[in-house]
Amino acid sequence: MKQQQINKESETTGAMLRHIRIRNRKNYLFKALIIGATVMCTLPLLFILFYIFRQGITAINWQFFTSLPKPVGETGGGISNAIVGSILILLLSCVMAIPFGVGIGIYLSESPKSRLSYYGRLSVDVLQGIPSIVIGIIIYQWVVRPMGGFSAFSGSVALALMMLPSIVKSTEETLKLLPESLKEASLALGVPYYKTIMKVIVPTGLSGILTGVILSISRVIGETAPLLFTAFGNPFMSTDIFKPISSLPLIIFNYATSPYHDWHQLAWGASLILIVIILILNIISKIVQRKWKVQF
Amino acid sequence: MPDVNREERGLQLKEKAFKNTLVIFALLSVVVLLAIFITLLFSSMPSLKALGISFFYNKDWDPVADNFGALPFLLGTLITSFLALIISTPFSIAIALFLGEYYKKGIMAEIFKNMIDLLAGIPSVIYGFWGLFVLVPLVRSLEMKLGVAPYGVGIFTASLVLSIMILPYSVSLSRQVISMMPGHLKEAAYSLGATRLEVITKITIPYTRSGLFAGLLLALGRALGETMAVTMLIGNSHILPTGIFSAGNTMASVIANEFSEATGTVYTSALIEMGLFLFVVVTVINIIGKQVIKRFTA
Repeated sequence: MKQQQINKESETTGAMLRHIRIRNRKNYLFKALIIGATVMCTLPLLFILFYIFRQGITAINWQFFTSLPKPVGETGGGISNAIVGSILILLLSCVMAIPFGVGIGIYLSESPKSRLSYYGRLSVDVLQGIPSIVIGIIIYQWVVRPMGGFSAFSGSVALALMMLPSIVKSTEETLKLLPESLKEASLALGVPYYKTIMKVIVPTGLSGILTGVILSISRVIGETAPLLFTAFGNPFMSTDIFKPISSLPLIIFNYATSPYHDWHQLAWGASLILIVIILILNIISKIVQRKWKVQF
Repeated sequence: MPDVNREERGLQLKEKAFKNTLVIFALLSVVVLLAIFITLLFSSMPSLKALGISFFYNKDWDPVADNFGALPFLLGTLITSFLALIISTPFSIAIALFLGEYYKKGIMAEIFKNMIDLLAGIPSVIYGFWGLFVLVPLVRSLEMKLGVAPYGVGIFTASLVLSIMILPYSVSLSRQVISMMPGHLKEAAYSLGATRLEVITKITIPYTRSGLFAGLLLALGRALGETMAVTMLIGNSHILPTGIFSAGNTMASVIANEFSEATGTVYTSALIEMGLFLFVVVTVINIIGKQVIKRFTA
């Protein structure tokens, strides 16, 4: 009788131990699964980077930076027009987007609870989500049609509209973190409000604002869809902002979808340059963030 | 002391000008958004009037006959986006758990976080280019094995690239939500003898459900409007898609392909109407997603 009970007990403990072992095993299996899935997701990134590097490095030489694309059938040629175009478009869109973006950001952080702030924040959120192709349509209707043709200027307006939300966000987030005492100290000294903002608050939060600007540049530098019907592309060198202009993403799109091997080569080179620029911008933003971090 | 007075007045003027400028800037952001909506609405009026509701169920797109039906593109957009979402969701939750639960800090977390961020930084057109030269041959050989027409390009290829592209968007939110999970809930479960897996499936995921859902919504919003990579990989066919391997077109890719060559008021405005539809759908999805997050974090 007693022996039976002991047997039964050891049986139940055995079953329990087995159960615990199974649960533990499942636990480890799940962790392995998670790690496996995470590693798997980084593989496409490595493949893409590796492939572009391998294909692009052979296309890049001095001529690639200094000359224009050659017509089909001739090897060589470069993408100098696209590089100049990209720089011009981005400079113009920075000039347009930064003052507005920083201004809206200052307003949102200075009067966070007003009704205008609520709607402003909502609009900026919505603006950020608008598909880039829709931005292209809008700028076509707003700028290209009234001005009578595709132009570098219209492309810059499109990119500026896309940069705006992230500049606003980073400005607002940075300025919100600054302690109220900073502003109070300045105002207590009799410094007028606008000078307090421009000479004390904004310079203190400069690193955050700058990071936002750099990241927004790195985000729009590869945008193609809004440029399709605004900047349009141009096979020749152009620095006239009221004429169609080429840019790196446009040249990649046009040459990648062409059937010619030489043009594919140019597109790979352009892709490599674009990726390297984006990497550098990201690294710079990280350094700026770390080096000039606001500390209190 | 007239001098001081004048200075005082100048200062007040500047003060007022500064404050007003800020208000005008903020107003401008609202005005721009409204203007975008109104522009889209007015520009698609000719097509709304000429085609009416049939625009959404007519399956023929024939610019020569001025007959425009967006059904193939509507379906194309929905199929590619949801397929991409289905492919990427298990991975995005896995990465979110990896970064929000298993490896919150340390060198591993830093490396993988930066890599996922970089995934978001690669331009759409480069994804398309890479897909065209690497993914398309792979899909073609897969299609040959399966015995379907081996185009290579098509809805499946586009979804595959799209799933990689939207991954960072759902990961960044899900990771935040999972790492914000209050510790005492998890500790209570651990103290009852739960394993980590049980804590994740029975405590963390049910608790963060709404936040994870918001992450999916935001990723969906991205997928619906994604243009360049899809345009390059979907095959650009105007017929109704018959399966996931058939060539198709999405609303965004049709706009990208045809907008600058569109002639005729109705043609252009039909394309803009698709833009308007995209804008409204994506905006609604984004606002719902943001509201869900707000409720979760509040």
